[in-house]
Parts: sequence; structure tokens; C-alpha cells
Amino acid sequence: MDLTTGTRERGNAGTRQATSVLSIPELDACVHCGLCLNHCPTYRVTSLEPESPRGRIHLVQAASQGRIEPNERFGEHIYLCLMCRACETACPAGVQYGRIAEAAREVLGPPGSPFARAVQMFAFRRLLPSLRRLRWVAVGLRLYQRSGLAVLVRPLLPRRLREMEAMLPQVPDRFFSPKAEVLPAIGPRRARVGVLSGCVMSVLFADVNEATVRVLRRNGCEVVIPNAQGCCGALNVHNGETVAAKAMARRNIDIFLGSGVDAVIVNAAGCGATMKEYGHLLHDDPAYKEKAEQFGRLTKDAAEFLAELGVVPPQGRVDLTVTYQDPCHLAHGQRVRTQPRILLASIPGLRLVEMDGSDRCCGSAGIYNITHPEMSQTVLSEKMRMVDHTGAQAVVAPNPGCMLQLRFGGKKFGPNVPVYHLMDLLDKAYGNAGTGERGNEETI
Amino acid sequence: MGITVSLHSELREALGEKYVLVEPEDVIVYERDGSIIQVMPEVVALPADTAQVAAVVRAAKRANVPIVPRGSGTGLAGGAVPAEGGVVVSLARMNRILEVDPRNRTALLEAGVINLDVTKAAASHGLFYAPDPSSQAACSIGGNVANNSGGPHTLAYGVTTNHVLGVEVVLDDGQVVWLGGAVPDTPGYDLCGVFVGSEGTVGIVTKALVRLMRTREAVQTLLAVFDRMDAATQSVVEITGRGIIPAALEMMDKVTIEAVEMGSSLGYPKGAEAVLLVEVEGVREHCDRAVALVREICEQTGARQVKVAQDAAERQRLWKGRKEAFGSMGRLAPHYYVQDGVVPRSRLPEIMREVAAISTRFGLRIANVFHAGDGNLHPNILFDMRTPGELDRVIEASDAILRACVAAGGSITGEHGVGLEKRNSITLLFSQQDLDAMAKVRKAFDPDGRFNPAKVFPTPITCAEMRLVPAKIPAGLWI
Ligand SMILES: Cc1cc2nc3c(=O)[nH]c(=O)nc-3n(C[C@H](O)[C@H](O)[C@H](O)COP(=O)(O)OP(=O)(O)OC[C@H]3O[C@@H](n4cnc5c(N)ncnc54)[C@H](O)[C@@H]3O)c2cc1C
Ligand code: SF4
Ligand code: SF4
Repeated sequence: MDLTTGTRERGNAGTRQATSVLSIPELDACVHCGLCLNHCPTYRVTSLEPESPRGRIHLVQAASQGRIEPNERFGEHIYLCLMCRACETACPAGVQYGRIAEAAREVLGPPGSPFARAVQMFAFRRLLPSLRRLRWVAVGLRLYQRSGLAVLVRPLLPRRLREMEAMLPQVPDRFFSPKAEVLPAIGPRRARVGVLSGCVMSVLFADVNEATVRVLRRNGCEVVIPNAQGCCGALNVHNGETVAAKAMARRNIDIFLGSGVDAVIVNAAGCGATMKEYGHLLHDDPAYKEKAEQFGRLTKDAAEFLAELGVVPPQGRVDLTVTYQDPCHLAHGQRVRTQPRILLASIPGLRLVEMDGSDRCCGSAGIYNITHPEMSQTVLSEKMRMVDHTGAQAVVAPNPGCMLQLRFGGKKFGPNVPVYHLMDLLDKAYGNAGTGERGNEETI
Repeated sequence: MGITVSLHSELREALGEKYVLVEPEDVIVYERDGSIIQVMPEVVALPADTAQVAAVVRAAKRANVPIVPRGSGTGLAGGAVPAEGGVVVSLARMNRILEVDPRNRTALLEAGVINLDVTKAAASHGLFYAPDPSSQAACSIGGNVANNSGGPHTLAYGVTTNHVLGVEVVLDDGQVVWLGGAVPDTPGYDLCGVFVGSEGTVGIVTKALVRLMRTREAVQTLLAVFDRMDAATQSVVEITGRGIIPAALEMMDKVTIEAVEMGSSLGYPKGAEAVLLVEVEGVREHCDRAVALVREICEQTGARQVKVAQDAAERQRLWKGRKEAFGSMGRLAPHYYVQDGVVPRSRLPEIMREVAAISTRFGLRIANVFHAGDGNLHPNILFDMRTPGELDRVIEASDAILRACVAAGGSITGEHGVGLEKRNSITLLFSQQDLDAMAKVRKAFDPDGRFNPAKVFPTPITCAEMRLVPAKIPAGLWI
């Protein structure tokens, strides 16, 4: 069953099959100009062409022509990529690198040793599609962390596992479980929106989800949070798993399109980027292709949506100097850069100091920080240096992966400042106005 | 030429395991630069400093294999393609800016430093590095020196050779020497000058001492829009003829504008036959006078509209379009082939008519974006390699363009270099005696012909592995 699929798939990916999966039109758009090189975090660290966008595209092209094998070495280059898509922003020819890399990963299957691959396949196919199972794992993890078992086990782990264990986030007391599926707008209704609970978000960031819902409601949105929704499948797609990913996409499409919403709001950048591209994921599924595209058009990042709707100016103050980290899948994946800054500027008392390279990856990149700790932390330490230069009291990063990574970076490299989601701060600003609407239980 | 195991181990010992690449899935990405020719290298070495470069050169000499220097691989003439195999030496790791000296207005750079990073490092001192190839966000100083690269601002400031004071080089026997120096004119032969424009055929540049210039007090950018190409080229002749030297004088035609505006809307008028991008700079009063004069000339020659960029953001948007023009070609056709000819600028109107005629004659779309002020053409021939026979027509058309340039008193390359691509076209320009004289200079530095063989000088292709992307082309077809 699932535990072995990973290994079997790689064995099956014969060269001929690989060449056809890899022969995608996106490859032809690359003119080899090199203008993407210095925007690529892995090239900046290594100075190696095979670890650059142009190099990776060339590798995929060569493999699609059968000139090289999509073998392990090939896979190492493809998987050292952070999938940050900074190269797409830099590219004058509009090369859709993300699609090229996803095709390569589909041929390769998940990265790592056979065991690591099996674990990932299990997670992608059995855990992520079921929020219930995911929560059981989280409960287990919480028990492990709270019971003192962690303290006992930690010294016994081999170095690599100990490092991974250190990266594990603290599982909070409570998961995201709204009381009702539909929550009314506060004030005159301006829109009816669906909200994606998300897998990681709902387990680790219930508070951010709650803040997002409150902020939306205060902006006149009737909020629909369908119970039957699931994980968006982004982690699957980025790691070469498309079978379960497609099923997950279809489920979300059916549920949200069926709920009659004007927009589907996402507060995790990676999910938003993937959901906007469901049309591509399901392009060869005639029954879903069009619905997927419609769903993609409805999908909006929370900041994008509020800025376009016209955010209700918060009355309360948040006296704080912050710097803003552009999540890759927001800035590069969705071209959303100005909207979060507009929202930040709307908060009285808040001051934004931009850091150098705010749209450069922090090294979190989904599960990359676990699969490639060394590169991830090299990239992270540079990021923390830039944060430090700004002298900011806090970092704003509207994406769960970035938040976890920057918190880890603060502890490991300093400056150890708090990391907020943009919705946290907006929610605080509304709450500080003293209208008495704060408090999680009442509003959710 | 086989590469021995002992060479591999010698290189590994000098550079470390990680920086000597031999696996096909590593070296294959070094088979190509910004051009469309590719030959797969056998070994790629990435030295960290000058001493390691010297070690690589010595090892290659012992093993008797060619050495091909590579900067960022943005070259458009196949210069960094290892036509005869051997060791590709990538300078990419040597990217340290060693010193910015504001008092003497110089910067000491390793060869792999990215052009744009020099200006970034100098900006806080009110200085900048003048040569600005459109690829400046990616290309290396070593590559700029080797190709004597220019850019939009060449018109006012000259090409790379006017800004390089000295170079540290590794010679054929692994010796490290400095040529030129901190003062503008050193006694004796200008050996530094031999390296500038040598395209990697005389040795490896490891460091360069470059001149920095003071940022100008004021700068203004104009966009003149034309309904006829003739009117645009005539404006260029008039502007330069009246003794105005703008900092930059660039032209983009209709097809180029279409490509650029497909990416993001940058303010170029779709449908116009041609636009001129003119930049003037200097002290404020001079700037205002020059703007007025350029506007007057353009209007007289028939510009439909002349507008001045209102702020820095608008200026940057216009320049972004110009700098990304080559790359944008990917939006119009799967392949493009950029030519690089040059004519005296008074001949611009007729050569552009000729290019248009060639486009019609061969049934190929050509996008023109170029340094008009220098008479430096860049016709981009758009095509699809998969259409049978199309590549042959592209090659013929580009040859016709080069011949037209030479016939108009110009040359076969303005700035991209001869490289692999034009080594046989060079005979359009030089007699056998000229070439013999050049070969003697080269031989003085590189007696075994080990540095970047098969480049610059006309040579029959010996490497059966040479490929044009992606179709397999029989050896010898490429001009
Ligand atoms: C989009 C685009 C726009 C461009 N615009 C311009 C332009 O406006 N003006 C212009 O002049 N060119 C332009 N070019 C061409 C190219 O960028 C320049 O020729 C540039 O100088 C090449 O630098 P590189 O580091 O990429 O060198 P490479 O391509 O790596 O090498 C170029 C040549 O230099 C040699 N070389 C490289 N480094 C060294 C070294 N350290 N020592 C000795 N030899 C070395 C190589 O062997 C090769 O022959 C453009 C290219 C692109 C893709
Ligand atoms: S996605 Fe990011 S890491 Fe990957 S090639 Fe592009 S810029 Fe580099
Ligand atoms: S991906 Fe884009 S920027 Fe990078 S080399 Fe290809 S065309 Fe140029």
C-alpha cells in the first residue's frame, strides 16, 4: 500500500515515460539569458549553474530529450530548489518555472531515502487528505511535547533527527473549530466569502484563523467555513504527488463552488498559489477543468481581498515598528506585494521598515526546512541578518511556513523578535478600538 | 581529446570534491551560454581564488587539454561554449568586491563579480560603474572585460576598455601577473589592452581594477514615438550630427514593443513603428537645454509624440522595458537569434531599410532593439527551430545582414564578440595578413592554443558534438 508507493513509482518512471511527461511547452520559453540567476537563493549560496533556474530548466529539457537520465543526481538538483519562484518574477520571457519543476518532481516522486519517501507518501496520501487523521497526529505530538517524553527522548535521537525534532513547532492547546459553518457580517453586508481552514493553519494556527474570520466579518463579510473542506494539496504538488492532490482539489472545488460565495479567502500563501492554479492541476480532467479555473478566479489571499474591497480603517492603535517578509508564494506566486503593505499602512501607530531583499525566500519552503536543513538554514541566517539591520520590533509574514521558520531563525540566529501574521495585527488594531468585540469565543 | 583520471583527481585535490563537476547531470548545464550553440564540457572547475585558477591552468597544461573561461554565461556568441572540450573554468564563485576606493574612484573586483553589484556597492559614495550591458543584472566583470562589452550608456562613456585600469591574469603556465595599474597610463606596451576583448583566448582574468564615475547631478529620459522607422533613424543622425551626446540613445521597433508590453505594461505605445529612448544627463541647466533640443529635432523629423519621464519611477519603468527586451523575445517565438552588427550612424536609415527588406525576402519576423547612438544594430530573428528549413533561412538572413553592415562601412560585431558563432564571418572584415598578425599576438600569450580554442579565428569545426538547440545539426553547418 501507500508505504511502498514512493519507491515503486520511481522504479517505474522509465526514461520514455519520463521524456513525455517532461516535454512541456513551458520549456521552450526560456531563452537562456541568465537574468534569473542572481534572484535564485540556491544559486546565490552555491554559485553552481545546476542549482540555478536556468540550469534546472536546462536539465529538465535535456531529460525530456532523453539526453540525460532523470536519475538521483538530477533529482538532487530539482529538489534543492526551494520552489520560491523568485525566478519567475525576474524572468523577462515569462517562463513558468513552477510548472517545469512540478513536472520534474512528478516524474521523480518525493525526495530522500526510500524510508523518507515512504513517510512522505503516507503523509501526502493518508494524512493531509483527512483533517481528522491529521488532528490525531497533532494530538499525539502535543502529548509527546507536554508529557515530558520529549525531554527523555531528545538526547537519545541521532543528530539529524534531533535537528528535525528541534524544528517541530509547539502544538497549541486548541485547534480551529468554528461553532457554525456560516457566521454573519458585522455591520452592513458587503460580500459572502468562504474561508479555507487549511491543514497546518487549522492545527497550529487556530488563533490566526480566528483573527482572519473576525477581520473579515468586521469588513462586512458573511463568512462561510464549510466543515467538509480539506487540505488544498499544495505540499503534495510541490513534492511530486499529484494523485491525492487532484482528489483534494476536486473536493474543495465542489464544496466552495456549491456554497455560493463571492470569493474563497486564504491566509496561507502557499495554499492560495496552488488553489489559483487548480485549473492547471486539473487541465486534463474534462469534468473539472472549467470549474477549477472558476475556482482559481474566486481564490483570493486575505490581504489581496481586503485591499481590493477597501479595508475598513481600524480605529485602535498598534504601536510597533515592523518589517515585512514577502512570502514567496504571495509575492512571486500570486504577484501580491502592495496589498499587504496597504493594510499595514492602515493600522494607526504601526511603522513599516523595509528590509533588503524582503521578497527573498526565508528557507522554509513547505517541508524544505526538514528535507534540506543545511541550505534552509544558510538562507535563513542571511534573512535574519537583513531583519536585524532594520531594527524592527517584530516581523510580519502572512504565511504559516514563513512564521514557523522566522520564529526558529529568531531563536537560532537572532534577533529573537515576535513574528505575526498580518491578520493578527489587523485583528489587534480592531480589538484595541475598545468596541468590546474582542475575545475568541464570542465572535467565532 | 580524452581527459585522464589523473586530471580529475588533480583538480579535486586543488579545489575540493564539490567544485569539480564531471557527472553528465552536472556538466550538461554548462554546455550553452546565451547563444543557441551548445557543446557539452567534459569537466567543469569552479575555483575560489586566483591560486586555484592557477592550479587548474597548470593541471590542464599537464594533461594537454583546452581551457574555456566562463563568467555568467550570458554571452551571445558562444564564447563560453567548450567547442573542443576540455575544462570549463567558471569564475562564478570569485564574486567578491575587494575594495571600493572613493578617493581614487576605483573598485578592485574579482572576475566573477556581477556588473550591477559594482554600481550597487559604489552608490553610497555617489559613484557608479559606467559600462552597463543590458545583461548587467547577470553578466560578470570578467566576461565584460573578455568581450569588451558596452551598453546603452556606451555612447557617452565608452565601452569596457575605457574603464579598466588593470587586470590580474593567469597566464598559460599558471603564472599570475598584474597588467596595467592604478594610474591611467602605465609605461610600455598596453598589455592590459590585449586582454580586453580577447574573449578568453589569451589567459584568464582573475581580478580587475575599474574606474568609477561620479553620479550625475541631473538626468532626464525622453521617449520619442514614430510612425515611420525612417523618421526615427533620421532623428538619430540629426541628434548626434548636431553634436549632442546623450548618455544613451536607444531604439526599439514595433515587434520589440509588442514583446516587452506583453510582460507588463511599462508605458511603451503599442502600434508605433519605432521609439527612441534618449537619456541626457549632466548639470541641471545643460540637461534642460539638451532635452529641449532633442525634442525639437525629433518633432522636426516627424515624431508623433515626445514625452519626458516625469519621475524616477517612470524612468525606471522605461529602462526596465529596454533591458528586458532580449529576454522578452521568448514571448513571441520559441527561438530567437540575435545579430550584432555595427555601421557608422550616418548610415542607419539605409541599413534599417535593408534589414526590413531582408526580413521580407526570407519571410522571417525581425525585432529590432539596439544602441542606435552607436550605430550598433541588434536584429532579433524570431523563429521556431522545429519548422523544417527555418533555421537554414535564419542563418542565411543573418549572414545577409552582416554583409550589409560591412558593405555600409561597418563591422560584424558591435559588442557581443566573435566567439564561436562568428569566427568564420571574421574574414568578411579582415584579410589573411590581418589575421596572421593577430594570431601572432595570441601565440605570444598562449603558445599551445589552449585557451578557448576554435574561437575568434576562423577554424573548421572539429567537434562532432556541437549542437544547435535543440535539433542536431551536422558539423559545419553553422557559419
Ligand atoms: C539579455 C542580454 C542582453 C545583453 N546585452 C548586452 C549589451 O547591451 N551589451 C553587450 O556588450 N553585451 C550584451 N549581452 C552579451 C553578454 O551579456 C556580454 O557579452 C557579457 O559581457 C558576457 O559576460 P558573461 O560573464 O556572461 O561572460 P560569458 O558569456 O560567460 O563569457 C563570454 C566570453 O568571455 C570569456 N570569459 C568570461 N570570463 C572570463 C575571464 N574571467 N577571463 C577570461 N575570459 C573570460 C569567455 O570565455 C567567453 O569567451 C547581452 C546578453 C543578454 C543575454
Ligand atoms: S524557485 Fe527559487 S530556488 Fe527554485 S530555481 Fe527558482 S529562484 Fe531558484
Ligand atoms: S528562466 Fe527566464 S530569466 Fe532565466 S534564463 Fe530562462 S529566459 Fe532567462
